[in-house]
Amino acid sequence: MGLPEALTSVIGKNTGVGILANEHQSSTFAFTEFQTSCLTNGLSMSEHPSPAGEPQPFWGALRAGITLGAVLLLTFTLTGHGLGATGFTTRLTAWIGGGVLPAATAANTYLGPMLEDSKPLSAWITWQVLGVALGALLAAWRAGRLRWQVDGARSLGSLRRLTMALIGGAAAGWGARVAAGCTSGLGLSGAATLGLSAFVFLGAFFAAGLVVSRLVRGVQ
Amino acid sequence: MMLGALPDIVSGLLCGALFGYVLENAGFGSPCKLTAQFRLSDWSVFKVMFTAIVLAAIGLTALQAAGLISPDSLFVPSPYLGAAAIGGALVGAGFAVGGYCPGTSVVGLFSGRLDALVFLVGLLIGTAGFASSFDALEAWTTAGEVASTTLPEALHVNAWLVNAVMVAAAVFVFWIGGRFERRLGGPVTAREAVDGAGPPTHH
Repeated sequence: MGLPEALTSVIGKNTGVGILANEHQSSTFAFTEFQTSCLTNGLSMSEHPSPAGEPQPFWGALRAGITLGAVLLLTFTLTGHGLGATGFTTRLTAWIGGGVLPAATAANTYLGPMLEDSKPLSAWITWQVLGVALGALLAAWRAGRLRWQVDGARSLGSLRRLTMALIGGAAAGWGARVAAGCTSGLGLSGAATLGLSAFVFLGAFFAAGLVVSRLVRGVQ
Repeated sequence: MMLGALPDIVSGLLCGALFGYVLENAGFGSPCKLTAQFRLSDWSVFKVMFTAIVLAAIGLTALQAAGLISPDSLFVPSPYLGAAAIGGALVGAGFAVGGYCPGTSVVGLFSGRLDALVFLVGLLIGTAGFASSFDALEAWTTAGEVASTTLPEALHVNAWLVNAVMVAAAVFVFWIGGRFERRLGGPVTAREAVDGAGPPTHH
């Protein structure tokens, strides 16, 4: 953590204590568990919050966007292509299919060719997705944002949330194969090369998302 | 300048780790924050994607103009516009229903979200479903092919002009997004995201 970030986090914590003090003056506030945790954080000098502590704020959109653009450009200069995700899940499907239903998978027109070298997972995209997992884990852990949970269970209930995650994943997995790419692989990376199909993909992606989120109540 | 000498394991892990690190810090492991873009109350997805695309597009245009990258060595997606539209709509619908897109579900899982693991299982099922009906669907994957591969080609304009228009569009997205965010309660914070969304519980 650099000095500016450290300062911000200290200022942020002081503000937290200030709010707490105001609440005390204004009255009949019960000393809840929430306030206790604010107080503990406010007094703590620890740089890394504990898992139960206050998570560090997300980066602003401009900072995140500039950094993501730089990472994308780096990827293009190193490899000639951009970042992705479903290249890996497709290979993983072929690999699992090869283990569970070897004959049917080998005979499949789409997945069969990936099994020919008998190493469907041996590809750049596999390392890249493994990297995404490690990078995300590090970022979440450092910022006190790592928490095991079924996210969305509070607004939808666990069963409904997990059912919707499964259905949504299936629709996205199917769609990514039709378009030969997902939001990262075709939308983000393709648009960086000014590829026409990337802009069509992004337009359809956002239009469908806007409409469907009005018809179906998802995670809120 | 193509530094293609790096082995896959090194460049893959490096680019992937940076990608995952940035996505998590942007808040894109949270399905609540991601889908708030579609409810128009949090414009982080538009803002971050727009900024990244514009920056990378300008960088790639400059590197090609300077002769440091040859256009042939750059992967540009094929112009199957029908396939892109059908696929984009399905990924967008899946995003609204399931809370993630494929890449962000990996980020969600590795910031502790078990619903993201179920989304990933869904991705595999969807892929298997597509593959099992591929003979009937193959025509979809090349639907709507056009002659031009890139936006400058299609519009018969210089790439720099397209980049300039995209910069203006990005500025507009930040402006209009900020207005919506102020009106609809503001972006989802890290505290709200870690708490797992849910009904408003403002203290």
